Amino acid sequence: MSAVTVEAVRAIVAAVPDPELPVLTIDDLGVLREVRVDDDGHVEVDITPTYSGCPAMDAIRADVERRLGDVGMADVVVRLVLAPAWSTDEISESGRRKLLHFGIAPPTGRAAVGGPVALTLAVRCPQCGSSDTRELSRFGSTACKALWACNACQEPFDAVKVL
Amino acid sequence: MTWSDSDKSTAVGAYALRLGDDALVLAHRMAEWIASAPELEEDVALANIGLDLLGQARMLLTYAGEVDGTGRSEDDLAYFRDEREFVNCQLVELPNGDFALTMARMLVFAAYQYELYDRLCSSSDETLAAVAAKAVKEVAYHRDHATRWVLRLGDGTAKSQQRMQAGLDTIWPYVAELFEADELVHGLVGGGIAVDPAELRDPTTDYLTTVIEQATLTVPDTSVWHTGGRRGIHTEALGYLLAEMQHLARTHPGAPW
Repeated sequence: MSAVTVEAVRAIVAAVPDPELPVLTIDDLGVLREVRVDDDGHVEVDITPTYSGCPAMDAIRADVERRLGDVGMADVVVRLVLAPAWSTDEISESGRRKLLHFGIAPPTGRAAVGGPVALTLAVRCPQCGSSDTRELSRFGSTACKALWACNACQEPFDAVKVL
Repeated sequence: MTWSDSDKSTAVGAYALRLGDDALVLAHRMAEWIASAPELEEDVALANIGLDLLGQARMLLTYAGEVDGTGRSEDDLAYFRDEREFVNCQLVELPNGDFALTMARMLVFAAYQYELYDRLCSSSDETLAAVAAKAVKEVAYHRDHATRWVLRLGDGTAKSQQRMQAGLDTIWPYVAELFEADELVHGLVGGGIAVDPAELRDPTTDYLTTVIEQATLTVPDTSVWHTGGRRGIHTEALGYLLAEMQHLARTHPGAPW
């Protein structure tokens, strides 16, 4: 078997979808941190949770192991790393476009490091594009989303919370 | 105080266990609201807040069992310790009461936890610092959520104001315990590992006083302060909570999902 490269492993792992936002990959989300391969072909993959209680981590770990196992890489360790803490700032530009396309408003603005969540910026409706929207609940269908509604088209929608 | 390395590891584990037990027990109280909250959005919110706390608890208990050298897993610690071995503060174990009491408790606890985690981010213990850096952002949302409800209920109708005040009055005797320190904490504060709880009292109290006054409520006046949780002394409520939380794991040891 030819030598396993970091690039090859990363390309496979980067395509793993997030179980709760399957439109995004774990790379788009910034959940995938580092990939290491040593001389013996031993692979280590670092992932970080979005929220402390994110229930998707076990599924992501299993998916990473399975995809690498499918191409014959069995010597794989998936590590959960906490630092630096994940932030919505880590969602890539392409990730933001995919979210919007999927009907989920991407996070608005940048996370205020060390600050509370006092400021609510306008969130644009992913359906009709109107900025005349209102927050229904700060806690939505998953830990990372809030529930919003559009005053223009009357549709409810999910919005990723700035964290 | 000078500690040997193993004494220090034991102390860090004991400290992590306190923080973890606080989060675990309150997570369970939040979960009790699921399908019983006043509105659907609130069901979702309280479940999400409980999930954040549960995530924090899992990281802290896992670390406690590793660092103290006992090799106990998060499940060993959550499901196979008895009441007297739990070292959470009494505030988090109090029954939920009505929605106002639940919000009064969330306001106090999130305000305290926010100040705590904000400082623990600078701990010389890398794991505690990493857990805190993650959790402080979540707790900011919890504090904000409770603040909004306390303002709305306090400055609402005569009935909602009366119940919000009653909620605060009931939990207030349990607030002082949050700011107590013992030899364990003092030793860890000296080593730059733990946060001195006394340091949290003023910023937490300032935040609470501002919200309570804005909500046209009164900061309760109490002469009785309950304490003992860090030594395993608990109110009657914790035993019932643990009976429910631990039942499945003890009936079917080792059962996975």
